[in-house]
Amino acid sequence: MLETAIVNRRTLLKVGALAGGGLMLTATMPMVARAATAAGTPALAELNAYVSIAPDNVITIVGKNPEIGQGIKTMLPMLIADEMDADWSQVRITQADSDARKYGFQIAGGSFATPMNWIPMRQVGAATRQMLIGAAAARWGVPAAGLRTEAGKVIEVSSGRSATYGELATEAARLPAPDPAKVALKDPKDFHIIGRSISGIDSPRIVRGEPIFGVDTQLPGMVYAAYERSPVFGAKLRSANLDAVKAQPGVLDAFVIEGNGNAEQLVDGVAIIAKNWWIANQARKHLQIEWDNGEWASHSSKGYDAAARAAMAGGKPQDQIVASGDVDAAFASAAKVLDQEYAYPFLAHAPMEPQNCTSLMHEDGSLEMWAPTQNPGSAHGAVAQMVGIGPDKLTMHITRMGGGFGRRLTNDFMFQSAAIAKKLPGTPVQLIWSREDDVRSDFYRPAGWHRLRAAIDAEGKLTGFDDHFVTFDLGGGSFNPAAMAPDIFPAKFVPNLRYAQTKMATRVPMGALRAPSSNALAYVMQSFLDEVAHETGKDLPKLLLELIDGHEKEPDQQGGFTGATPGFNPGRMRGVIEKAVAMSNWGKPVRQGHALGFGFYFSHQGYFAEVVEASIDNGKVAVHNVWAAGDVGSHIINPFGAHNQVEGSIIDGIGQATALAVEIEGGAAAQSNFHDYQLPRISITPKIHIEWVKSDNAPTGLGEPALPPVIPALTNALFALTGKRVRSLPIDTKLLV
Amino acid sequence: MAYKVEINGEARELDVPGEMPLLWALRNELGMVGTKFGCGVALCGACTVHIDGVAARSCSTPVSALAGRKVTTIEALAESPIGRALQQAWVDEDVMQCGYCQAGQLMNASALLARNPQPNAQQIDSAMAGNICRCACYTRIRDAIAMVAEKGTADA
Repeated sequence: MLETAIVNRRTLLKVGALAGGGLMLTATMPMVARAATAAGTPALAELNAYVSIAPDNVITIVGKNPEIGQGIKTMLPMLIADEMDADWSQVRITQADSDARKYGFQIAGGSFATPMNWIPMRQVGAATRQMLIGAAAARWGVPAAGLRTEAGKVIEVSSGRSATYGELATEAARLPAPDPAKVALKDPKDFHIIGRSISGIDSPRIVRGEPIFGVDTQLPGMVYAAYERSPVFGAKLRSANLDAVKAQPGVLDAFVIEGNGNAEQLVDGVAIIAKNWWIANQARKHLQIEWDNGEWASHSSKGYDAAARAAMAGGKPQDQIVASGDVDAAFASAAKVLDQEYAYPFLAHAPMEPQNCTSLMHEDGSLEMWAPTQNPGSAHGAVAQMVGIGPDKLTMHITRMGGGFGRRLTNDFMFQSAAIAKKLPGTPVQLIWSREDDVRSDFYRPAGWHRLRAAIDAEGKLTGFDDHFVTFDLGGGSFNPAAMAPDIFPAKFVPNLRYAQTKMATRVPMGALRAPSSNALAYVMQSFLDEVAHETGKDLPKLLLELIDGHEKEPDQQGGFTGATPGFNPGRMRGVIEKAVAMSNWGKPVRQGHALGFGFYFSHQGYFAEVVEASIDNGKVAVHNVWAAGDVGSHIINPFGAHNQVEGSIIDGIGQATALAVEIEGGAAAQSNFHDYQLPRISITPKIHIEWVKSDNAPTGLGEPALPPVIPALTNALFALTGKRVRSLPIDTKLLV
Repeated sequence: MAYKVEINGEARELDVPGEMPLLWALRNELGMVGTKFGCGVALCGACTVHIDGVAARSCSTPVSALAGRKVTTIEALAESPIGRALQQAWVDEDVMQCGYCQAGQLMNASALLARNPQPNAQQIDSAMAGNICRCACYTRIRDAIAMVAEKGTADA
């Protein structure tokens, strides 16, 4: 490959001609600002994108981030294609492997991808376009200023002559590459792909049943593995009857895998190998394992609940999260005090594709993995270290995933797969978990408890706010899903406010579930604020608008790993509240037996206000309509994907609120499959009405922020309907009569 | 002993235990991985195939029960006009997010339209209630089926 590199202070642009002609361009740009990286995570040093053009005008764009159904494999290349004036019908997209040096931060989580890539991906497209123009200018001996681009062609304005990108690609590849940071980006009015509803790039293959997901990986000579671990979290394996299992027909092998003491990586268990996964999994019935379950087998949701209630009643939190003003004085002088407890349960992720991973330990000692992971970067170095090879000896292909919802941010299934493959050098092995394994071996959304108090003065103003949060001690680590941030609304908007917490010891694994912490705190805070609104003779939108009245936008935060993070903007909050009020006919009479409820939440840089119309039919909650107003910035990049995310988030939230809980009994999860973990089905689906409030801010992601407010909007609707508050989830309609 | 099963119009031999579910014979013996594993106990519908034209859960159908019966999987959905129309509607309406459950959704929807070409909204909900979509693309699944029911399959 012919290759030239132009290096400058900010940018490395590599340009090469493809074998057989064509242009390949790789742009590597340092990120604006970064947080320190967690131990074991490769340095998040670069962000990177990649374009190649073949002589037949096919433009191949690499989608760098993992695809879990959030639409990122389609959306990031749309940004590149628009700026390079590609014809979308000529665009093909390939999924990047895990490669931090080439692609920077590759993650499906936090709704980060849009804010992190909105500018860099467009710069890659604009730089590519500039090179193609340069090639045409050189070929025709004319100034570049007289050339324009459209639908995959460079056109001379004066003569009308044109050349396709495919014709120009090889010549373009020989030109020096521009600095992507200095190329001019389009005027947004000229966008022709951004803002268009574009169907998912893999959809045609999916409807034909083509192998595309992690569990569809097939390799010559591949065998399958089932993995038996203790249902009790924290258990150690003492002994197992491997010989009896190995004697089962069809079983090729069975062996003990010793955990490494880190539940997020490798727990003790027994791997059973067969040429058919069903045979391996059936053989588990013949396993007899002696476990040392330790002290954790006594843990239960009921026990946690009792301890949490006692802690809240005791009144003294262990430590303070944030405090402002004089909270005790506000309560001492209050005309009225509200004092209520809220609780929510553990939740599982239950993506449709059970956890799986395919690994092949090559005879030369290198490891190749086909990994359905949302978070390849965090696994790459650590998996390599566990099997005793350098990270450069690990090739990790990122497969499309059948859902993620945060479950596949934790890569325990990859460590299992690699540990098994290490015992079978030269043989590819696909580890598959049963649904029961998935539900019972999750990293759960933490359960939580809040004792909330509100001080209301004689004029009906909210003067004091106090939250005693009872949560779990998850130790250190870079991300704590059981933590509560100090700036959760209404912090900063009530003059005397205190958030404090008490932490309980646990061994239950916990992790990020779609809109982590927000999926619980929205319910708690917006329900309790609805109580305050009701007590003061107003509705929740009015109370929220009063609370933010006169507050300015907060300053942007520098130094986050997504770059500068815009500060919370009360004006954007007002915008979506007013829009949701208007579109739902809020405050107007509704159908007999129905009621409306309101919820607002700000998370993942997105502002969402939602109104739910609900009733209780035959003892069951029925949601009829949901109106959602969202502000995620200036552009909805792909309206198809955007609406799909909002619709899915809303139904997901309704499902959590009405039906879902994982209970810990005897140190293990009591639930195991869809009979006792009942995900929402088509019949509960309401009509969903979505409107965007466009604001002059860079676009942000939509995987998460539409979920949190629907839960309090529903519980508040049920209060309006019945006069009874939902103070613990999931909703028990027997408590509402 | 080997079982003889007709799959997508082809006679196939399966030398497996008779109680092996069709799903795992398809996926691990025949390499036909379009049919998906979701729950293993007929609760989610991801593994839906047609047996003699009727939607069935392949995770809970033993191979031994298939003698003399015709199995159709997602890989052969395009061979019927209804199947082609649904596939097109699924893409046009951008039905899916992750897409993992969609083979089962499509197989169930095509069985529905084969027995009832013009289902009303309630009939669609009722027929599709056995298929979980964890991404909850339900409004679009409804709309896409209704679209095919309305337009018919003459062009497909």
